[in-house]
Parts: sequence; C-alpha cells; structure tokens
Amino acid sequence: MTVTDAADATPEGVGDPILDLLNGFIVQLRAAGLPVSLTENLDAMQAIRHVPLEDRETFKYALAATLVKHHNHWKAFETVFEVYFSLRGDEYQVGEELVELPEMDDDEQGDQQGSGDQQGGGGENLTPEELAEMLYQSLMRGDQQMMRGVARQAVKRYAGMEPGRPVGGTYYLYRTLRNLDIDGVLERLLEQEQNEDGEAPSDFEQRLARDEYQSRANQLQQEIEAEIRRRLVADRGVEAMAKTLRKPLPEDVDFMHASREEMASLRKAIWPLTRKLAARLQRKRRHGRKGPLDFRRTVRASLSYGGVPAEPKFRNPRPHKPEIFVIADISGSVAAFARFTLHLVYAISGQFSKVRAFVFIDGLDEVTHMFEGVEDINEAVHRVNTEADVVWVDGHSDYGHALGVFWEKYGNEIGPRTSIMILGDARNNYHASESWIIKAMNEKARAVHWLNPEPQSYWDTGDSIVGEYAQHCDGTFEVRNLRQLEAFVDNLA
Amino acid sequence: MSHRFSDVAALKDELAGVDYLSDEGIAGVVYLADRLQKPILVEGPAGTGKTQLAKSVSEITGARLIRLQCYEGLDEAKALYEWNYKKQLLRIQAEGGSDEDWTDLSDDIFSDEFLLTRPLLEAIRSEEPVVLLIDEVDRVEVETEALLLEILSDYQVSIPELGTIEAKQIPLVFLTSNNTRELSEALKRRCLYLHVDYPDMEREKEIVLTKVPDITENLADQVARVVRSIRQIELKKHPSVSETLDWAKTLVLLGVEKIDEQTAASTINILLKYQSDINKALKELATADGVTP
Repeated sequence: MTVTDAADATPEGVGDPILDLLNGFIVQLRAAGLPVSLTENLDAMQAIRHVPLEDRETFKYALAATLVKHHNHWKAFETVFEVYFSLRGDEYQVGEELVELPEMDDDEQGDQQGSGDQQGGGGENLTPEELAEMLYQSLMRGDQQMMRGVARQAVKRYAGMEPGRPVGGTYYLYRTLRNLDIDGVLERLLEQEQNEDGEAPSDFEQRLARDEYQSRANQLQQEIEAEIRRRLVADRGVEAMAKTLRKPLPEDVDFMHASREEMASLRKAIWPLTRKLAARLQRKRRHGRKGPLDFRRTVRASLSYGGVPAEPKFRNPRPHKPEIFVIADISGSVAAFARFTLHLVYAISGQFSKVRAFVFIDGLDEVTHMFEGVEDINEAVHRVNTEADVVWVDGHSDYGHALGVFWEKYGNEIGPRTSIMILGDARNNYHASESWIIKAMNEKARAVHWLNPEPQSYWDTGDSIVGEYAQHCDGTFEVRNLRQLEAFVDNLA
Repeated sequence: MSHRFSDVAALKDELAGVDYLSDEGIAGVVYLADRLQKPILVEGPAGTGKTQLAKSVSEITGARLIRLQCYEGLDEAKALYEWNYKKQLLRIQAEGGSDEDWTDLSDDIFSDEFLLTRPLLEAIRSEEPVVLLIDEVDRVEVETEALLLEILSDYQVSIPELGTIEAKQIPLVFLTSNNTRELSEALKRRCLYLHVDYPDMEREKEIVLTKVPDITENLADQVARVVRSIRQIELKKHPSVSETLDWAKTLVLLGVEKIDEQTAASTINILLKYQSDINKALKELATADGVTP
C-alpha cells in the first residue's frame, strides 16, 4: 500500500497537487505561530512519500514528526490539521449524505452491535427521546461509532447551524451540549451502576465509575466539536476557519485574559517551567567563572615547580545568593498574574537564600509564612488569597499606601543583597503615588524590578502611573505570558 | 538500500512481539525514521518507555544496541573518540634512539591503532547494523549538543588527524529527553520528533497484561482505571508506566483480586513518591464527585 517504490525510483514521485496542498498547510501552520523551517518543510515532503496517503492517522503523524518539534505546539498543529484536511478523506464527506446514518459511511464497521436497529429507518426522523436514548446507550458502552452517530444527529438537530451565519463554533457547541444534557445522562448512568450491584458502592468505586463515564463524555464532546468544525469548514472554507480557530500557543497566552481552560493548562505548564529554570540556574552557577586568584595556594603549588608559579590556583566562586522580596498586587485586576509569579518564585526559592513574599491591595501583609512547610503550592496560594490582611479602607488598589506600609514595617530589612520585584499594573485609582519610597528602596537594595502584566501601550493611560514608579526602578518589564516571564527570570539569575 | 520495516502495521506487530506495545504514532515515526534515515528525538515524561523503545527496536531488527548515556560534563573524549595517549608514549619511547623521521612517527601514532572509539564513533564504524541510543540528551550542556550535530545529519565524524570517517551503514538513532531544558533548534531540526505520553487507559491495560504475569484481566482493568483517575489529579509527579507495573505486580503478590479503598490506600506509595501527592490523591479518590476536568 505504500508508495515507497515510486519514491525510491523518482524524486518527482509525488504529483504537484500534493505539494501545493502541503505548502498551503505549512502556510497555515506558520500563520498559527508554529516555527516551521525550510528543512522541516522538505522533510515533510520526503516523509509523505513513504506513508500511505489514504491512512489519515499515519499521514498526520508523519507530518507531525517532521513539522512539530515541541509538545506544546501539538494542539495547535492538530487544530490546523483537522481544519485543513477536514474535507479531504472518505469518512469526511459533507453534503447531502450528511443525513445518512453513521453506519452507512463507516462501512468497515458494517455490523454494529444492536445499535443499527434503533436507528434504522432514517436518522432524520429521530425524536429527541430516541436521540437521548442513543446518547445513553453510547455512553454506557463507550462505543466510538455510535458516539459519532450521536454527535452527527445532535449537531444536526440542536446546533441550528445556518450557512453564512457569522458566529463561532463555540456557540454551536454550547447549543448542542445544552440540549443534550450530558451531565444528566452521567447521573443516570451512575445510578444505574449502583442498582446493578445491588449494594451501594463505596465512594472510591463511584469515583472510578464517574471518571470512566466522564472520559467517554469528553470523547463524545470531541466528536461533536469535530462535526461542527466539519460543517463550518464546508460552509466557510478552509482559510476562514483556520483563522477563526487560531489560538495563541501556550507560551503566548495572556495571563490577564486566559480562559478557564487555558488557566488550567498554564498551571500545568508552570511546574515544568520552574524545573527548567532551576536546572538552568544551577548549571550557570556551576559552570560560571572561577573565583579570584588564590595567592596562598598558588605559591604552595609553585614549590613543586621550583618556585615557578606554573599552575595558578583560584578560589571557588562565591555563590551569588540574592534575597528576593516579592511585592505583589493581588487586587482583582491582576490577581491571575500575581498568582503565577508567586508560584514561580516559590518553586525556584531553593535557588535563592531567602525569598519573602508580600501581597497588597490597599493594605499590605507578609505571606512568607504561608508558603513555609507547605508542599502544595496551590493550597498556599489559596490561603494567601483568603487569609492575608490586605484591605485597609475599601479594597481598591492604593499603591501609595501599600508601599508606605511596606517601608514602615519592613524597610529596615532591605539590604544590599536584596532584589525587590514589584508585580502590578500600577493602576492607583488616582491616589498619591508616594514614588519616593521606590527611590529610597532602590538606594538600599541591590535592584528593584517592576513587572507589569499590562501591554506596554496601556501604560500611563487612565489611572496607571507606572511611569512615575519606573523612573526609580532598575527595570520595568511587560510580563504578559509565560515566554516573557521565563525570559525575565532567566535574566534575573 | 534495503529497509528494515515493510510497513507501519507490521512494525507495530513486531514491536508487540517483543512486549513493546506501541501505538500508531510511535510505530509510524519509527517507520519513517528508517525510510528517511533520520534520527528520532523521543521526548516525554519519565517512565513512559522511551529507552525501552530503542531497546525493543534493536531487538526486533537484531541490531546491536550502542548506548551513550548523557550527563553533565560529557565531552568529546567520552562521546566520540580519544587518542590512546599512553600507547602513543610507549610507541615513541620504543623508537627512542633510532633515527626514524618525525613525520613518519607522527603519522604512525595518529593512526587507527591508537584511536580509542567511543559510542558515537563506534556506532558508525560498525560493520553490522546498529541501533544507537543517546539517552537523556537534555542533561548535556547546550554547547556539547554541537558534538552530536555532525553525526546526526551526515552520519560521519571528522577527526582532524585522520580525516572524515563515514558510516559503513546508517544506524537507527534514538535520542531521548526528559525535557528538563529546551534542546537547541539545530538539534531538533535534524530529528524526527516523537512525543511519548502516558498511554491511554486501554493501552495501559494491555501493557499491564503483557508485562505482569499471572494478572487477571479484571485486576489489570482496575489498575488502569485507578491510575487514570490519579493522573487526572494535579500532582507534582504523576505515576509513570513503570510505577503502574510495579503496583500491579505488588497487587498480584498480595493476592488482591479487587481493589478497594483500603488496598489502594495501603499500596499507593508505590505509585506516588511525594507525601503531599499521596495525601492529595487519597483525599481526592475518596470523594465520589470527582473533579471536572
């Protein structure tokens, strides 16, 4: 089935249409932000000669292996792939036959267990009850073909898709899911489970069962998404769809505007990031410069060369161990960002001799103790958000007052080894800035950095007074996504 | 040049024959690597069978496995080649007194006889087929990566005194990485990329069934389910496949037939290695509602 013979014989074995197709695909990948180099492009062309084009999965993996060199980019690749090749392939035919039953166009699964007769006689006339029953059955058995059938029917019936209507896929997805009431079906399935056993299952067993059904439900949701996407592509064309579905890569997701899903994936990404940073810091230290000349040992060594200092000896470098003070604004507007930075700073705290954390809104409180001895950073962050005493008057950011409190209580503890990081958007609600405190801090401390989660173009607009503080800082950085955060911490060390 | 594998499905079966259960992606990329004669960069969490993949491939192709374990401070002398300095000294001393020409002598001491081959050079000089495994490549420094580039793209090693040594046969090269740091673009560009993640439930069950003797299908199924549930919880370190296998073996030894909360609680330390993770997992598993992913 492979086309290897042709490939070995003539390099031109692949016709032009496929090259054009692939080129178009790569243009879309690049538009989605994936770095695809020319050599990788060539490799992909080589690769598809060796795989059977009719095998969609293998084709996909062949492209992925040559074009995607970073796991975080896999999702973006998959989206582009599904959109771009959604109308090419037998089982992905769209058009009149949409109303057909799933069994008919999936002929390799001709004999389906039982589900056929429920749907026989034309899926078009399925009542909502029948569809609900089908959904129930498919989730209970975890039957992939049947799920696909349900997905098609459900989208057709509930999504209410109209050609040319300028709404995104999420809207249709929401409509379909709302009508299907998957959560209700899950509850029913779980109850069913209990009745079958006769005795009530333990919480543990229930949990396992729930996870099982939940994973099937997720599978179903993916089928539905795929179906919607397919129809949208058929309606609007590949380029337009690829553009609407384009999402930022994980390292480019903006902290301030991340969706709940993106937040979860960011949280997952932060742990490996800290590990990476820690490893890098350690390496830098170990392979860094040597210390100053050790005169005594050099002379001692020179004795074995008859007094000629042939072998200079150096002191071990003194480990550079900065203290870090993190002062974070945790008011609503920047809370998500502050949480990430607290995570990060604490995860690398092993690398620094001392890390102290302060949070403020209009009052200020030290929260270092909340992280001590806590192994689960999420819990610590939660405690910070609920227990820290940060409200002074009305719970609206007041940088001036918060800095005043800091200076009064902790100002004396700033020493020449202290690096201070201030996280916030400097939106001060038109209170006094008290920027002299930053200046005073910087005179005592090693460095003062300001991290601002707002785009640079918003700085100093409205009630933002970051510029006023910035003139007394060693640096003001825009830190809106993981990439920028990583670059900053890397620089710091 | 003849190919090692006829097609993807056959490769997958062969791998299954040596107890390595692959999936479409894994088999597909290995197949491509053979056809395109390119190295494979295998990345993924620890304990998902990255190293095992290379071993299994060497087993089914009957090729010798040459392994280079990477570590910080790995250098040319340990990875590529080294001159046998002592032997060279002996050679010079043996000639001492005779009036041999220096150029002859230096030609002589920089010849094959005095060359100590290290894994990379050995892999390309070998006559018989070879699978080269460069393990944990993320442990070397960025600068050291450059050592690998020549061999990865052209299958050759340049030795200043001897010239360029080209491969007698093209080895199948696997590089593994635990992703503790970003590998350089240059290295990635030369490789096919394969990300091996934790297997899905079905495959994990199959793996447990193949690798743990005497396990009942029912128990294997439960093991896979519990492990999947645990992996959905946010933990410091998720259980790896090898830990799943250890757990399954333990359960078989203990004569467990059905995993209940009690058994899970008393043996979970095999799956999870952090106390905070253990506490969290036990707490989570005991709640029937589950977390919505």
